[in-house]
Amino acid sequence: MNALAAKPLGHLDRLEAESIHILREVVAECERPVMLYSIGKDSAVMLHIAMKAFYPSKPPFPLLHVDTTWKFREMIAFRDRRAAETGMELIVYTNPEGVAMNIDPTVHGSQLHTQIMKTDALKQALDKWKFDAAFGGARRDEEKSRAKERVLSFRNAQHRWDPKAQRPEFWRLYNARKGPGESLRVFPLSNWTEADVWDYIAREGIDVVPLYFAKERPVVNRDGMLIMVDDDRLKLRPGETIENRMVRFRTLGCYPLTGAIDSAAATLEEIIAEMRASRSSERQGRLIDHDGSSSMEQKKQEGYF
Amino acid sequence: MHGGLATPAPLRAPAGPAPADKPLLRFITCGSVDDGKSTLIGRLLYDADLAPDDLLAALERDSKKHGTQGDDLDFALLVDGLAAEREQGITIDVAYRYFATEKRKFIVADTPGHVQYTRNMATGASTAELAVLLVDARKGLLDQTRRHSVIVSMLGVRHVVVAVNKMDLVSYSQETFAAIERDFRAFAEHLRFLTIAVIPLVAKDGDNLVHASKMMDWYSGPPLLAYLENVAADDNARVLPFRFPVQWVNRPSHDFRGFSGFIAGGNVKPGDIVRILPSGRDTTIARIVTYDGDLAHAVAGQSVTLTLTEEIDISRGDMLASPVSPAKIGDRLSAKLLWLVREPLAVEKSYLLKLGTRTTPAFVKQVSSHIKIETGLAEPLDDPSVTLAFNEIGEAELWLDSAIACDLYEDNRETGGFILIDRVTNETVAVGMVQRSAWTERSARNGVEASYASMEGVPPPELLRQTPLRSLIKSLSWRVPGSLVTFGVAYLFTQDSKIAAAITGAEIVSKIALYYVHEQLWARFGIGLEKSEQPRDDTGL
Repeated sequence: MNALAAKPLGHLDRLEAESIHILREVVAECERPVMLYSIGKDSAVMLHIAMKAFYPSKPPFPLLHVDTTWKFREMIAFRDRRAAETGMELIVYTNPEGVAMNIDPTVHGSQLHTQIMKTDALKQALDKWKFDAAFGGARRDEEKSRAKERVLSFRNAQHRWDPKAQRPEFWRLYNARKGPGESLRVFPLSNWTEADVWDYIAREGIDVVPLYFAKERPVVNRDGMLIMVDDDRLKLRPGETIENRMVRFRTLGCYPLTGAIDSAAATLEEIIAEMRASRSSERQGRLIDHDGSSSMEQKKQEGYF
Repeated sequence: MHGGLATPAPLRAPAGPAPADKPLLRFITCGSVDDGKSTLIGRLLYDADLAPDDLLAALERDSKKHGTQGDDLDFALLVDGLAAEREQGITIDVAYRYFATEKRKFIVADTPGHVQYTRNMATGASTAELAVLLVDARKGLLDQTRRHSVIVSMLGVRHVVVAVNKMDLVSYSQETFAAIERDFRAFAEHLRFLTIAVIPLVAKDGDNLVHASKMMDWYSGPPLLAYLENVAADDNARVLPFRFPVQWVNRPSHDFRGFSGFIAGGNVKPGDIVRILPSGRDTTIARIVTYDGDLAHAVAGQSVTLTLTEEIDISRGDMLASPVSPAKIGDRLSAKLLWLVREPLAVEKSYLLKLGTRTTPAFVKQVSSHIKIETGLAEPLDDPSVTLAFNEIGEAELWLDSAIACDLYEDNRETGGFILIDRVTNETVAVGMVQRSAWTERSARNGVEASYASMEGVPPPELLRQTPLRSLIKSLSWRVPGSLVTFGVAYLFTQDSKIAAAITGAEIVSKIALYYVHEQLWARFGIGLEKSEQPRDDTGL
C-alpha cells in the first residue's frame, strides 16, 4: 500500500519527526504559543512542518510577523499569500515608536535599526498579546552563539537570555515550565543545516520567496555588498550607480542590510548545487552579524530572536 | 574584509551523494578541561576542508585577539561561540556542529570539560551514539575523565573512542600511550561499552585526525575521522516492543479523534491491538494519519497521529503499547540520578517527574548508594541523611503520586529516562534512568500492602476503588456456597430439613449484614496500612 514505511528513515525524515515533536510538545505545555514568521526559507519550512504536526487540525497558534517596514516588497506579497493559502491567522506588528522616529537603517545604522525595529518590536508584540512561547526558525549551524542555544530557550520577564544558565535538555524531554511573565523561544529547526533546508524544500515542493532564485535585479555595490534597490527610500551615495545584475539572495532580511550574491541559479536544483560547492557561510550576507564577533550573542541577550 | 563577498568564490568539489541519503552518526566529544576538545573539532573541520572561508577569515582575526597559540591559528575559536568562552579559553556549553563527509553525516556535540558544567556535558551525551573521550597524554586519566566515562556509559552510549591528545608533549611515546590504554580498559571493564578504540593524536597539528601521523608509525589503526566514518552505529529502536506516549489529542471536529505522538519504540499498523497504559484496556488501531496521507505502517522515529476503532478517553501522558510486552506500570522507581543544580537533593520534597509525555509529582524516599567516580561502581549508603550534591551520581528510590508506564532505561532510552523539575524555580534539577519499577498497593481493601514488582503492564485489580455495591455482591457470592455448607452440616446433626433450612436462613440474613458492616468498618481504619504520602487526585486511573 505504501512503500514509504518499509524504507529506513532518511536523515530528513528524522529531522522532520523531531521538529514535529517539538512543536506539539510546546503546544501541549504552553498557554499561548505563537509562530514567528519571518518569510524566509526557514520560516517556510517551519510553517510547512506545523501544517503536518497538527493535521488534520490547523496549527493552534497564529503567525506573527515583526515588520520593520524595510523588508523586500516581494517578501510582503509572499507573506500575505501564504497566510491566505494556509488559512493561518497572521498578526503583523511594527514598533510605533520606531515609525514615529522614522528609523532608517541607512541613516541610523544597522545596530540601532535592529534594536528598535526588531528586538524592541518583538518584545512589545509578545507582551501585547501575552504570548508565552514563540517558535522561531533559527538553526544551530547558522552562527556560533546559536550553536550553543537549547531547543527551548528560556527568557526572563525582561526577555533576556542567560547563556550561562541554560536548562539541560535530555533525550526528547523538554522542560517548558516557567513563572509568570517568563517566556520561551523555541527552535524546532535547531538541528537542521542550510543544506537540509534546501533538500527538504525540494523534496516537499515548498513554496519560497522568488528572491532566492537568480534574476536580473537593480543593485548597488555598497561597502562590498550588493544591495538591491527595492524602493526609492534607498538614497544613492556619491559615486554609486545602479546596475542590473544577475543575482539572488541566500538569506533574506531588511533589504538595505542584506547582500545579494552573483548567481545564475534559477532553479532549486541549481541552488542546491551552488550551495554544495560554496566556500562561504550563509550569514556572510547579513550585515548585522558582523558588528563584532560576539554581536549575535549580545543581541540575543538583549532579547533579539 | 567582506570585499570578496559579491564575487563568486572558487568552487569546491561536491562531496559525494546528497547529504539526505547518508547515514547519520551523533557523537560527543568530552574529557577534562584543557584536553583540547574544541581544538580537535576545529582542526577536524579545517583539515577535512569543511569550514567556510568567511569563518576561517574570522578565525584568523580572532586568533590574534583571543588566541592561546601565539601566532598560530587557535582552532578552538572555530567552535567556542560565547563571549565568556572566548575570553576564558574554556567551553561552557554544548556546541552542536554539523558536517558531512563523502561517507557519512555527523552531528557533534562538543561538550564542556569543566566540572561546573557537567550537566551540559550530560545533555550532549543523552542523544549520542558514540563518545570521543579526550585524554591529555601528559596527565593520563583524570577524575573528570572518569566522571565523563561513567556519565556517558550511564546515559547509554555504547561506543567510545579514547583520543590520547598532545602526544607531541610526551615525545610521541608508545609506552605512555600503552599505559593510558591499559588504564582505561581496566577502568571501563564495568562500564558496558560495546566497542573501545584508543587513538594517539595531536589535535592542534592534525596528527591522526584526518591524516595518519608521520610521527607515530608504531600506531597502525585508522585516524579519527576514518574510524568515525566506518564505525557501526546501532539503530535498534524499531525492533523494540511498540511504545507510543500520547503527546496531544487531535480533535479538529466531533467526527475525528486522533492521538498524536512520536513512536518511541517498535512499529505499528492498522488492525494492531494495543494496550492503553496505565488503564490496561486493549483496543485496536484504525488508521495512521499523516498530512501526506494514511500510512500502512509506521516505525520508531516517526511522528504520527493514530486513531482507534473505539471511542476511548485517552489523554496526554497515557501510553499506547504492545499488549504482548507492554511497558511496566509503577508508582515506585529505582533509578540512577545525576544531580544537576547547586542546591542538593532534598528527600521527601515534592518534585515534578517528567517521563515521556507524563508529568507527575514525585519525591525521593531515599538515596541508596553513591556511584564512585573512580570505579564507576555503586557504594551503598547507610546514613539516610546523605543525599546527592551538585554533579553527584547515585541510586535512589522515588515515590510517585500516580502510577506511570515506563521501561527500564537499558531497554528503551525514550521511555526509561526522566527528569526532575523543581516546583518553585522550574529548573531541571536531575536526570534519571529507570532501573526497576514497582506498583505498590496503597488501597484499604485487605489491610495488607502487596507489591506488584514488574507487573507486565497488567494493572492490579486494586487500582479500582471498591464500591459498597461491589462489597454487597461479593458477600452474596461468598454466602451462597457458605450457606449450602451450613445447610449440609445442620442437616447432618439434626436429620431435619426444616430445622436445617431455618438455621441456614437465619445465618444468611445475619451474616450478610455482619460482613457488610465489618467491611465498611475496616475501610475506615488504617491499622496495618502504610500511609499514603500525597493526596491522590487521580483515582480514575
